Amino acid sequence: MKFDDEPVPGYPLPILPGHTSPGRLERVLRSGAFAVTSELDPLDSADPEDVYRRARVFDGYVDAINATDGSGANCHMSSVAVCALLTRIGYAPIMQISCRDRNRIAIQGDILGGAAMGVANMLCLTGDGVQAGDHPQAKPVFDLDCMTLLEIGRTLRDEHKFQSGRKLTYAPRVFFGAAANPFVPPFQWRADRLAKKVAAGAQFIQTQYCYDVPRLKTFMAQVEDLGLLDKVFILVGVGPLRSAKAADWMRTNVPGIHIPDSIIKRMAGAEKPALEGRQVCIDLIHEIQNIKGVSGVHVMAFRQEETVAEIIQKSGVLKNRVPWYPDRDANIHLTQETT
Amino acid sequence: MYLVRRWSVRHAGALSALYGGFERVVVSMHPLWKWLGYERLERPVAGIERVVKGFLFDCQMCGQCALSSTGMSCSMNCPKNLRNGPCGGVRANGQCEVKPQMRCVWVEGFEGSQRMRGGQDAIRVVQIAVDRRLQGRSAWLKVARDSADRAAVEKA
Repeated sequence: MKFDDEPVPGYPLPILPGHTSPGRLERVLRSGAFAVTSELDPLDSADPEDVYRRARVFDGYVDAINATDGSGANCHMSSVAVCALLTRIGYAPIMQISCRDRNRIAIQGDILGGAAMGVANMLCLTGDGVQAGDHPQAKPVFDLDCMTLLEIGRTLRDEHKFQSGRKLTYAPRVFFGAAANPFVPPFQWRADRLAKKVAAGAQFIQTQYCYDVPRLKTFMAQVEDLGLLDKVFILVGVGPLRSAKAADWMRTNVPGIHIPDSIIKRMAGAEKPALEGRQVCIDLIHEIQNIKGVSGVHVMAFRQEETVAEIIQKSGVLKNRVPWYPDRDANIHLTQETT
Repeated sequence: MYLVRRWSVRHAGALSALYGGFERVVVSMHPLWKWLGYERLERPVAGIERVVKGFLFDCQMCGQCALSSTGMSCSMNCPKNLRNGPCGGVRANGQCEVKPQMRCVWVEGFEGSQRMRGGQDAIRVVQIAVDRRLQGRSAWLKVARDSADRAAVEKA
């Protein structure tokens, strides 16, 4: 999909009426297309080329790329820097902001800085506890929680002021998102919590890995009952499993991941587990795609990002739409110039 | 104490009703507090509050009590200090992601809210960011003072 007013890579799009950001992701979602997002493999490197190499594997298959903020409480290149590199050549990143490592002074600075560098989407997260990562001896900050972070972000954007009340001279134009995990207790409260996030300013949601479609359906029905479907775009998290053993390890050791036994069994019975893992993911996408209120999928293929293209290709969810990527239209331009 | 804290959540309805009465008394005594001096009262009252709420709720003295909106489960006991509901890391058995030996403060809070009059609505309201300057100060005196300030504004 190309918009008529698509500018030079790295330049923001004009903001359409009713939109809050100059970003492509908001345009895709508001146009009603089924959106696909994915997550950049976090870097233990200071080489910008590593960022680009990892982004390139998604070319043509995703509408936006999440840049994680110390994912799993592990040390990596900062999300704001990854985003700055990505926006330079026109990629649409989703800048994750976690409350674990920075207080409200640092976070508000990052929101302004990110927006200034062309980041149009920001995902407001509480963040994993430090015990989950490689620096359990670190001080957990948690000055804000995801909800108050959303509210502060919205205040910056809509009221043009810091939490302190001090005025901004130019507000960040941002499409704000948040996470949801319908797959862990307290189940009956999860939709209400989503409603709180929407009230606090969430415009899109990316969920935790979904391996339990019936649970997702129950959750989505509750979300509909709360009248949230026309207020927020929900992208459901999916991802390929490598093997039954890896899946079992994940559900035991990674906070917030629920994988039903039926999936583990299916993986265990497969001759080629990695292939089966991708097929499970494709099957899940097909089921999820038809649930009312689902606007897209967020494919998290940790350390196997190169499989995202294949999964999306085979799932057919893009329906011949080719999301923008740097140089996508290079050939077209060439033809136009020579004729 | 963990066991007392959980008992308090199980009796959230009664405790909430009790506090409702107590709050009315504290607020109505504003002239007395004012005469004695709020700042002079700060230390002794905060001391009493620390003992009473510490015993009942493992109160962390954030100074801006939200127990009425958290099902009588003190949200400052959440290792992430979440004031607006559970994170996505809650274990399948309802235990905390960070402290597996502890029940999620918000799983408890959600249950407590169901037992309180108005609790279900209160827990749905977005709590604003914590003012860290109030740490260690009395939330009771703050309620009395804020409510008197509000009344003064309304009068004016």
